[in-house]
Order: sequence, then C-alpha cells, then structure tokens
Amino acid sequence: MSLSLFNIAFLCVIGLLGIGFYGLMVSRNLIKIVIGLQILVKGALLGLVAAGNLNGQINLSQSMALTVIVADTIVAVMGIALGVQIRRRVGTLDVRELSKLKG
Amino acid sequence: MLILFLVIVALVFAVQAIRAKQLITSALWLAGVSALCSVLFFLYGAHLVAVIELSVGSGLVTVLFVFAISVAGDDVLDTKPVPPRLLSAGLAVLFVLLLGWFVRSGATTLPVPSVVNPPLSEVIWQQRGLDLIVQVVLIFSGVLGLLGLLAEAKAPLDGSMASEVGARRERDLDALASQILNPPEVVE
Repeated sequence: MSLSLFNIAFLCVIGLLGIGFYGLMVSRNLIKIVIGLQILVKGALLGLVAAGNLNGQINLSQSMALTVIVADTIVAVMGIALGVQIRRRVGTLDVRELSKLKG
Repeated sequence: MLILFLVIVALVFAVQAIRAKQLITSALWLAGVSALCSVLFFLYGAHLVAVIELSVGSGLVTVLFVFAISVAGDDVLDTKPVPPRLLSAGLAVLFVLLLGWFVRSGATTLPVPSVVNPPLSEVIWQQRGLDLIVQVVLIFSGVLGLLGLLAEAKAPLDGSMASEVGARRERDLDALASQILNPPEVVE
C-alpha cells in the first residue's frame, strides 16, 4: 500500500475512530466519555475533508465540516453542562453509580 | 512525510487523552489532537475548517473542559471499566479492521475528481441553506446549555412560588407585630 495522501488520511481516520470507540467503551467518567466522543468526531471530520479533497469538491466538504464542528461543539457543551449539574446534585461522575439511581 | 508524522503524533495524543488518569491532562491531550487535526485540515486544502477547528475545537472546547473540571472536581476513577479492557480493545480493533476492509474494498475505484467546484460562499449560503438554519438552532441550544452550566443550584421550594412568597411575608409581618406589641425591656 503506497502512502498517498488518501492512504495517510485513511490511516488517521480509522485510528481516531478506533481510539474514540475504545475510549467510549472503557471510560466511566462522564467528562471522559465526552472526550472520547470528541476524538471520534475528529476522525469523522478528517474523513469528510479528505473525501472532499479526493473528490475535488473541497468547498462542499468544508461546508459540511462546518456543520459537524458546530454540532460537535454543542454536544460537548451539553455533555459538560450535564456532567457539572449531575456532579452538583448527585456528587459523582461515575456512570455506573449513576445507573443505580432510582426515583 | 510531514503529514505522516502529524498523523502519528495525533494518534499518540489521542491514545494519551484516553489513557490519562486526570481529567485536566486528558483535556489538554485532546486540545493537542484538535490542533494537529486543524493542521491536517489545512494541508488537505480545507483552510476555513482548519481555522475554525483551531479556534473552536482547540480553544473554546478546551476552555470549557478546564472550567467544567475546575467546577466539578478532577476525580480519579481507579475502578475497572464495565467491559474488561481487553474485550474493549479487541472490539475496537475489530471495528477498525472491519471499517478498513469496508473502505478499502469500496475505494478500489476511486471517484473521478469533479471539475465543478463552486465557491465556498455559494455552497454555504445557497446550496446548504438548511445547514445554516440547523446551525443557528444548535447555537441557541448551546447557549441554553451554557446557562445551565453556569447556573447555581438552588434549594427546591416546598410549595408553589406564590405560596412560598406569601408565607414568608406573613412570617415577616408576625415578627414585626410581635416586636411592636412586646418591645424588648430596657435594662437600666
């Protein structure tokens, strides 16, 4: 496999997606889960940009990547706000402890 | 070679962001991943996305993470993850292999580069107008989320707001009446 621009981007995309996926599975801290999600979205963004570059429609991919960046930032903000409020009210960020809550 | 080096460093940073015990360290590694990704975006020709990723992904989101960690506390959870690490790593590797096989098998016939590449302003404002509306709605949601992040926790009220205010006013009036009717005796 020659190391063309596409192949290098492909390596980075599947690497970031795999690391983010692993982070989502092993993390029990709410904020760490948001960090894993951010890594996952970085991989998706790079894939989008590399596909646009490969296809010759970089402006279309930039437009889509902008939407993804906005959505990703909002998801991070909401996740962080949720984590802070849960920490204030329940006293923990451990998702396993939170899953035991009743009522 | 520069791109390959950047990719390897970005992957190392991402692994460190997941492996770091402290949340603040993890957030800083994530900022590094974001900065390296923005350099990659620039090298792939997406200049606008690179600038926005650098300012938003590496700047704003990191500041939010640091703020949230300072408010919520940097707990170190040494407990084991729910699925074993080995199983999670195996699943992640399987995911990567399947994704790689899927993309490589489909990418044997690479798409022909399009000769039509309209300017960015036309794409954003005319072709992707719906995306702009979605972005505006998302930004409003984000502002509301930030307000929730900054809101202080208040003690819950027992009854309705009106009854709480009325009861407090009656208590104040009773205290005032008792002070007038029974003035404290002056000790000479």
